[in-house]
Amino acid sequence: MADSPAIILRDVVKRYRDKDGSQITAVDGLTLDVPAGVCLGLLGPNGAGKSTTMRMLTAQSRADEGEITVLGHPVPAESKEARALMGVVPQTDNLDEELTVRQNLEVFAHLYRVPRSGRRRAVERALEIAQLTGRARTRVVNLSGGMRRRLLVARGLVHSPRLVLLDEPTVGLDPQVRADLWGLIAALRDEGTTVLMSTHYIEEAERLADTCAVMSSGRIVAQGTPGDLIAHHAGDSVEEHHGPPDRLAEIETLVRRAGLPTRRTGPTVSVLRAERIPPSLADALGNGDRVVRRAASLEDVFVVLTGENVG
Amino acid sequence: MADTRLRRFEWAPVRGVWRHELALFRRYWTSSSFASTVEPTFYLLAFGFGFGSLLGHVAGYRYVDFVGTGVVATAALFTSVFPGMFNTYIRRVYQHSYEAVLAAPVDVHELVAGEASWIAVKSGLFSCVPLLVAMAFGLHPAVGMLAVPIVTILTASGFALFGIWASTVVPSINSFDYVITGVLTPLFLVAGTFFPISGLPGWARTAAHVNPLYHCVELVRHAVFGLHPLADLGHLGALALFAAVMAFLAIRGMRRRLID
Repeated sequence: MADSPAIILRDVVKRYRDKDGSQITAVDGLTLDVPAGVCLGLLGPNGAGKSTTMRMLTAQSRADEGEITVLGHPVPAESKEARALMGVVPQTDNLDEELTVRQNLEVFAHLYRVPRSGRRRAVERALEIAQLTGRARTRVVNLSGGMRRRLLVARGLVHSPRLVLLDEPTVGLDPQVRADLWGLIAALRDEGTTVLMSTHYIEEAERLADTCAVMSSGRIVAQGTPGDLIAHHAGDSVEEHHGPPDRLAEIETLVRRAGLPTRRTGPTVSVLRAERIPPSLADALGNGDRVVRRAASLEDVFVVLTGENVG
Repeated sequence: MADTRLRRFEWAPVRGVWRHELALFRRYWTSSSFASTVEPTFYLLAFGFGFGSLLGHVAGYRYVDFVGTGVVATAALFTSVFPGMFNTYIRRVYQHSYEAVLAAPVDVHELVAGEASWIAVKSGLFSCVPLLVAMAFGLHPAVGMLAVPIVTILTASGFALFGIWASTVVPSINSFDYVITGVLTPLFLVAGTFFPISGLPGWARTAAHVNPLYHCVELVRHAVFGLHPLADLGHLGALALFAAVMAFLAIRGMRRRLID
């Protein structure tokens, strides 16, 4: 059990029927293992199928095909057992605003079946993790956005789960609050809790994830450590060329002819694997003030694989 | 949480839902108690003493006693069906509370059981208040009155579950107007609460017999004025059947709305 992955998804398909009756395949043959004790970043643009995948892991969405196993329990058959062992931090803030911070945690301590003898301690511990001990008696409606988000995380941790699902944990938050939450997630990861975190923030994945899976159109299109993904899909360095549209189109044609990937970002064409640019092409591309060379990033990988710019 | 097999129905989620409701009740008990107890009391006073001064006796009872027992049933209806409809709709659609609950080891039928049982107990107890008021105005106490909370809790269970089911059927919160006007108002009027159904046309009398509220009214009156064992077993069975059918529909409706 210790060596088996915390999450196993095999050829999972989920289809929805749209309001106009047409069928949408949100998850299309998804196969993914999340090893125990690892923080896996599920990267993908909006609509890639990340949230549907998260919902399938808690059996709130049922797969049409494929197999899902969470902490050794087949889902949905034994999803209740799996849910007892995992915590979920949703993208939507669904705290009860009328209740206090402590009451929100107490309700979920009950729902997660924390034994009566350890309930108070569990709530105190969750308050400490979220740095909300001093706000325990404050009604949620009076908390700041950052505090509410920390409380959402604390609620998912009140029963000390072995696995935590974080669905876009910092979406819409300001940089300071995001940094606070990153610290919280990093601490979880360092404690050995398995974390599956969906995000479309590249920096978030780079900072927190031991390994990343890039999702596009309902499938995993690449998986590995951020370093491996960058090395494999974007090379060591990237050359950014600035210029008028005609010149950028010309650069793209030249570079693609040489078999190198490019990405367009506004008034810039980035040439990936720039270390492989042959001398003849380098002369044709030119250099100077309008060319910047930098290290390849996970963002380059994301754009190349999903065809989407980072929002 | 140990890695053990959980039963299909467990009380822990119900206790969790109750914990949530108790926390809210502790905050709002004054306003919710005021509305739930004073409104039926107003009905009792207005109809009981207003019409009572004109009618004197109805169906062999003093009119104020007739209405005093009837208002118990209408209180059970309104204090259960409205929370069933509006609370569950708002929590599901606007607050997304149930998504969080179902991410915990809670299944839809346990969630529905928790919500409905809380509403039923609260409503069932509140709706006994008009009986106390009627006693203050001359209704004779009877041992059978002790059975009234059982009747009102059972009635409120059915209507709370009806409300939960209705919340899964309506396309928007405004559509509850159809339910209130098209379903609840006729139920309220054709139940023998303010006037006996014997004066109604034949078809309306027949319709009243499939109205759960009518069975509640009959049971409350019989508990207060004297039991009719065989008929009362039938009334009890009708209320239990209503609650069972509504439980099936409410769970199925919530499952369809919450699990895709």
